[in-house]
Amino acid sequence: MPLPPLDSPNWQSPVRAFAWGMRSVASTVLTLVLFATYLGIGALAHDTHFSLGWVLASTALVWAGPAQIILISTLGSGATVVQAAIAVTVSAIRLFPMVVSVLPMMRTPQTKRRHLVLVTHFIAVTLWVECIRLLPQVPRERRIAFTHGLGIGLCMVCLSATTLGYGLAANLPPLLGAAILLLTPLAFLLSTARNCRQLSDILALVLGLALYPLVSLLHTGVDILISGISAGTIAYGVHWWRERE
Amino acid sequence: MSDFIGDWHALLVLVIAGFLPNEVWRMLGLWFGGGVDEGSELLVWVRAVATAILAGVIAQILVLPPGALASVPDWLRYGAVAAGFAAFMLTRRSIFVGVVGGELVMLGGKWWLG
Repeated sequence: MPLPPLDSPNWQSPVRAFAWGMRSVASTVLTLVLFATYLGIGALAHDTHFSLGWVLASTALVWAGPAQIILISTLGSGATVVQAAIAVTVSAIRLFPMVVSVLPMMRTPQTKRRHLVLVTHFIAVTLWVECIRLLPQVPRERRIAFTHGLGIGLCMVCLSATTLGYGLAANLPPLLGAAILLLTPLAFLLSTARNCRQLSDILALVLGLALYPLVSLLHTGVDILISGISAGTIAYGVHWWRERE
Repeated sequence: MSDFIGDWHALLVLVIAGFLPNEVWRMLGLWFGGGVDEGSELLVWVRAVATAILAGVIAQILVLPPGALASVPDWLRYGAVAAGFAAFMLTRRSIFVGVVGGELVMLGGKWWLG
C-alpha cells in the first residue's frame, strides 16, 4: 500500500500523518520478523521465570530486541545486575549511530530538541531501516508525527507478540515451545546477516559466533562481553589493515 | 499486581540493567549527534563490536539453550540453524524462507527421532 504523494491533502494534519505512520506497519516484511522475534522473547522470559508484566515493561521501556535477550539470558543464567548492565550497555552502543543518522531527516528549523525525545526512544534497528526507506516519501514537517505513528504501531505489534509468546511457552507441548525459542537465534542471525554492509560486519558476525563457545568455557560471567569486544576488534583490525593496503 | 510485574526489586533491575543502558545512547545521539560523521572509523568499530556481541548472544542460546529448547539434541539445533542460513542464502537473503526452513528442519528432526 503506497503512501499518498507529497502534495496530497492527506498530509495536511499531523493526526492523519500519524495514522499513515501506523498503517505503514502493515507494509513491511520486517514487521513479521519483529513479531517472530518478540514471540521468542516472550517464550524466553517465561522459560527463565520472569513475570509477564516484567517482560511487557521491558518491551516498552528497553525497546531493543537484542538488549532484551541479553538482559533476560544473562540475568537468567545467574549474572549480577552490574554484569548484565555492562553487557546491555555495550550492546546498545549501536543505537547511537542510528540516532545520529536518522534525526537529521526529521529536523526542521522550528524543531526543538524536546519534540524529538519520543522519536529517539523509538529508534531501534527496524524503525531505523523503515525511516530511511519511508521518510523521503513524507513531507518534512509531518515526519515526526508519521514516525510517532510508526513507532507506536510497531510497539503494539511487539507487545502482542510478547504476550502471545509468553502464553504459548506456558501452554504448548515442549516441541512447539522449542520451536518458538529457536525463532530468536534464527531471526537475529538472518536479520544481522542481511544488514552486513562491509567486510568488518561479516567478520564480526562469524568471529562472534565462533569465539563465544570458547570464551564461555572460562565462566567469567561476562563471557558475551569478552567474546564480543575481542571478535569485533579483530574484525575492525582486519578492516583497518585492508584499507591501508 | 505484584504477581503481574514481580516485586519492586525486579522492576528496579529492569530500569538499571535494561532501560538506562539503552536510553543513554539514544539520548547521547540526540544531544551530540550533530558532530559525528556517519562513516567515521569509530562508528565502524562500534558497529563491529555490537554485531559480535549479538553473534555471541545467538551462540549462547544455541550452545546453552534455555527451557524447552534444551530438549533438542545439540547437533539438531546447530543443523537447523545451518539449514535456515543455507535457505536464506539460496533465496537471495529472504529472512522469511530462512526462518521457516530452519524451523521445519528442527521439527522434522524431532519427529524423526520420535
